[in-house]
Amino acid sequence: MTPFTYSRAADTAEAVRRGTIPQARYLGGGTNLVDLMREEIERPDTLVDVTGLSHEIEELPGGGLRIGAGVRNTAVAEHRSVRSRYPALSRAIVSGASAQIRNMATVGGNLLQRTRCAYFYDEAGQCNKRSPGKGCDALEGFNRNHAILGASPACVAVHPSDMCVALVALDASVHLRGSAGVRHIPLTELHRLPGDQPHVETVLDPGELITAIELPPQPFAARSTYRKVRDRSSYAFALVSVAAALQIEDGHIRDVRIALGGVAHRPWRASRAEEVLRGGPVGAIAFAAAADAELADARPLSDNGFKIELARRTIIAVLGNLAGETA
Amino acid sequence: MSISKDARQIVESAVQGVMAKAIALAPDGWIPGGEPDPLIRSRHGHVGKPVSRLDGPLKVSGTAPFAAEFPMQGMVYAALVFGTVPKGRIAAIDTEQAESSPGVLSVMTYRNAPRIAPPPVFMSGPKAAGGDNLPVMQDDAIHWNGEPVAVVLAETQEQADHASSLVHVRYQSEPAQTHFAKAKAAGTRTATFMGQPLHNEIGDAEAALVRAPVSVDVRYSTPRHNHNAIELHAVTAAWTGDELRIHDASQLVAHEAWSIAQMFGIPEDKVVVTSPFVGGGFGGKCLWQHQVLAAMAAKASGRPVRLVLSREGVYRVVGGRSLTEQRVALGADREGLLKALIHTGVTAKTASNAMPEPFIMATRSAYASETISLDVQAVELDMLANTFMRAPGESVGTFALECAMDELASALDIDPIELRVRNEPKNEPISGLPFSSRNIVEAWRTGAAKFGWDKRSSVPCSTRDGEWLVGMGCAAGTYPYYRMPGGAARITLTHDGQAIIDIAAHEMGMGTSTAQTQVAADRLGLSMDAVVFRYGDSTLPGVVLAGGSQQTAAIGAAVSAAHHSLVKALLKIVGNDSPLAGLKPDEVASGDAGLCKLGDPALHETYVSILARAGQTSVTVTAEAPAPLETQHWSMHSHAAMFCEVRVNSVTGEPRVSRFLGSFDCGRILNPKTAASQFRGGIIMGLGLALMEETQFDERTGRVMNPSLSEYHVPVHMDVPEIDVIWTDIADPHTPMGARGIGEIGITGTGAAVANAIYNATGKRIRDLPITLDKLL
Amino acid sequence: MSMTVNGAAVSLPDDPRVSLLDLLREYLHLPGTKKGCNQGACGACTVLVDGERILSCLALAVQFEGRSVTTIEGLGAPGSLHPLQQAFIEHDGFQCGYCTPGQICSAIGMAQEIRRGVPSHVTADLCTETISLSHDELRERMSGNLCRCGAHNGIVDAITEVFAEEDILAEAAE
Repeated sequence: MTPFTYSRAADTAEAVRRGTIPQARYLGGGTNLVDLMREEIERPDTLVDVTGLSHEIEELPGGGLRIGAGVRNTAVAEHRSVRSRYPALSRAIVSGASAQIRNMATVGGNLLQRTRCAYFYDEAGQCNKRSPGKGCDALEGFNRNHAILGASPACVAVHPSDMCVALVALDASVHLRGSAGVRHIPLTELHRLPGDQPHVETVLDPGELITAIELPPQPFAARSTYRKVRDRSSYAFALVSVAAALQIEDGHIRDVRIALGGVAHRPWRASRAEEVLRGGPVGAIAFAAAADAELADARPLSDNGFKIELARRTIIAVLGNLAGETA
Repeated sequence: MSISKDARQIVESAVQGVMAKAIALAPDGWIPGGEPDPLIRSRHGHVGKPVSRLDGPLKVSGTAPFAAEFPMQGMVYAALVFGTVPKGRIAAIDTEQAESSPGVLSVMTYRNAPRIAPPPVFMSGPKAAGGDNLPVMQDDAIHWNGEPVAVVLAETQEQADHASSLVHVRYQSEPAQTHFAKAKAAGTRTATFMGQPLHNEIGDAEAALVRAPVSVDVRYSTPRHNHNAIELHAVTAAWTGDELRIHDASQLVAHEAWSIAQMFGIPEDKVVVTSPFVGGGFGGKCLWQHQVLAAMAAKASGRPVRLVLSREGVYRVVGGRSLTEQRVALGADREGLLKALIHTGVTAKTASNAMPEPFIMATRSAYASETISLDVQAVELDMLANTFMRAPGESVGTFALECAMDELASALDIDPIELRVRNEPKNEPISGLPFSSRNIVEAWRTGAAKFGWDKRSSVPCSTRDGEWLVGMGCAAGTYPYYRMPGGAARITLTHDGQAIIDIAAHEMGMGTSTAQTQVAADRLGLSMDAVVFRYGDSTLPGVVLAGGSQQTAAIGAAVSAAHHSLVKALLKIVGNDSPLAGLKPDEVASGDAGLCKLGDPALHETYVSILARAGQTSVTVTAEAPAPLETQHWSMHSHAAMFCEVRVNSVTGEPRVSRFLGSFDCGRILNPKTAASQFRGGIIMGLGLALMEETQFDERTGRVMNPSLSEYHVPVHMDVPEIDVIWTDIADPHTPMGARGIGEIGITGTGAAVANAIYNATGKRIRDLPITLDKLL
Repeated sequence: MSMTVNGAAVSLPDDPRVSLLDLLREYLHLPGTKKGCNQGACGACTVLVDGERILSCLALAVQFEGRSVTTIEGLGAPGSLHPLQQAFIEHDGFQCGYCTPGQICSAIGMAQEIRRGVPSHVTADLCTETISLSHDELRERMSGNLCRCGAHNGIVDAITEVFAEEDILAEAAE
């Protein structure tokens, strides 16, 4: 770990003041950043501890929720309103990592997790994320866990978060604060696809701090769920995951939200599948058509072709379960 | 090993072969174990009781000291720099920035390291311990991707770790062979293991296979594995004058002390290796570069050195299990009697070790067959030396053999248990030796009844529970009884009636001190409170490897020999007034805290009384165990019948084990509580082997790409169902205490039982481990 | 700048790189908390901070000013073991003993989470008020603590015994 100075910010303004210098990083629970620093992948010279800031979960007028970026993952998962109104979010969180890590990790930090690609972690590997322009060893290497959607010749890594997948499905937005002021963007716009700059993973400006997540009111999200498929029964990253919410009226799909995890450089909102389903009939045929539409552009690598079929089946099964539940 | 060394080994083994014939034909009485150990008859002592671990309070309170937990005055911390090319030379190494980093004492590279000899590679001598025979930081040559190239010493671990990232190395790469397929294409050769070619032929098996009315001929593959003990390899090394003390996590303290002494060119007794607690071994806690580098760095710096490998470091420095590709072909008549049994294949090793994964070992004693053909071919790759990992050979060999037996049972439409029972051999098929004790049929019967095997449908895909397909499978496990030469023990009997047993043995979770205290108490006729079992220190007697599931037998035979010496020593000092006066050693036995006349317990005198009468404060004896000739006189193996129920998700392919039962025939069980844990532990590692474990070796670079516990999956709690273990408890009349080893057998057969259950659930034969969900979609 | 460890005040390290784990093991000489991966993948370093289980290897010690840390040494010692430590011995919930302190601390933290009603991946009804002590719940919740010796069954049995009894006692008190 490269030496750094550590300080705890008393408030958001102070945090942003200290965080807006080159080589400064915000420190949440540390569950990813400390590991990356120990690997010398991240080498900040200044750490601004923001865990003391924004740790409230507030009910918003009209029925939404505002979750402070410093709230621990466990606190979100166990919150009564999250469990009853956004169950996909609770389910996604408790399917991720381990209880110890969920007790440490913050919401803001979870959003900014970096990929688990082996070549990103290995100093001997070539990785455009780690050393832009050096090439990608995963393209022809071990890529069983890698992206089938939205990848580029420069990077085929996936975003590892479970929580983000549920948040993306639930139309969450992100409150940001930087030296230029505050802004509020949809979560779907936070993470970038790799393109030819895979080391730029978000649209955050230098020093910009995530201060909160906002969940809009969404009555049918009470019937949402999250399904994670992984090699090990627990404590493993997703091969494929699906977050979905389904609203059925008079035998037709009135509205639907679907997001996929483990398939792309960012949590993947399945907008095409949603379009196919919205207003249409309920049933396995429709669900399959929706999955196929979403995965039409999926491109397998040498080891991960199974993810296309796995994602297809998991989408169909999750929608089927939700339809059964709501019928 | 080079070809000439292999040839020498084969000549030596031919000489041994003549000896082996003589041992095989000798009368039983000449052989250790010819007379059953008297302890086998004792059924009312401590042996066989489910005693809780004596060191339990230390372990559950975090006060059991592990290797990285010996503080030393003036100690400094080490961090390693690992190479990044598979083969070549260090063209330039710049340590300046690291050396000027805060807190750094020194950076050791091949340029300034103390000059030492290469390690004596394991099996090259009685006490050789090295995982390979490569020089340790002596020149600019790179032999594998990840080889240590520098050691940074600093006042704190944080300083050392950071400075290690400031060592800049430039390599001159050389062509490396890191592709298994390319190496195979370039030619394989017959592997030798423990001086014997891994090759056996009885009759013409290929011809018999062609003639057999029913046959299967299938190929299996198993990947590389790593031990992944949860304790990181760690060592604390210090020189006091010319004496080196190493606090290590070691499965072979005596071997290690001798081997390191050889390397440094100093007398064996100048190296002291202690290892009171090993945080998991499984074959991985032997001698690798880290202990040597710590000792070198301590010598060069004049300070005690603590070196804890990072988890990545363990993968870079400590070898694991190699990969295998296996063919099993079985030919049978319509009743299922085997006419041909062929088990062949290829594995990878290095030029610097003598360890081809010997996957045919279990097949040698498994089944009667008119013809048999067994063969292991090896290629040599430029990689970190592979090594022993729990049941080397048997773990992956039984996967192939026992899956093939299941495939044959399907082809014959015979119950897979029945097929195995029909092919029970009378004597060991390869050697012709009689079995010392073989009760696998009983294990099958009791296991099947307890597991509910009769509820299994023989038709695949016939049981469904919602999304889940449910199936049952079985397989045989087996592991040989070993007892290696070199066992010795010291017994000190004190005037207060206490016995101290000293032996350079090891505790890595087997419950060594607990079971051995039980045994020693019974052997000496003492309460367990009166026995102190000391171990884990190379200065104690004996050369005892905690490996090959042989430690219990090795200690048992050594303590038994020491007990004989003790009886002799006591009879010499009893004096004429003792009720024991005039008795010969073979006329007395231990009991009730003393000695008594055999058949006349009333003629008895306590140890306390004997010593008091003789005016001695203590008696100390040391004795060596007899050479382990019994393993050449009988075919000695433990057996297991494994039963598994799996659930495979029909949507996602996720395979999950829902029930498991192991039915064991391992001789007498010394401590049911700790034995059950060892059986379960082996089975759980077998579940990992079946479903998830794989060391990802990038063949382009020879680099391990998942050197972490998050990317190399071992089973978590959620993967582990309740595992039922039962045993025959039939004593082996020819082993110490009637016991055979139990530490490794659990992993054997388990992979096949899982795979066979998956076939029963889904109708899919998955022949390439691990059986991950993508193979079941 | 201090925190408490097992009830005693200790100073925070000068070097902010020092993890809570290394502070305990190397600076405070409390080696009961174990290092198994130093990357948040094994759970051997689990400690309780203000009663919550966390991984001390991923925690920078300086982040814990004013917090109360409990390690295995703070739970019980030979001769005065915590009931869960005793139950681990009775049920043989360990072999080598290396992951054991982490398993025990984790189980104690887990019991708090269950009492609080925190759901897990296997909790069928997210809105339930009470979490059952089923083997599946325990197995899922303990999955962050790897054990390579394979003592999983004994660990679950030990936890079940202690916390099932404790709940009975709690109900009797009501």
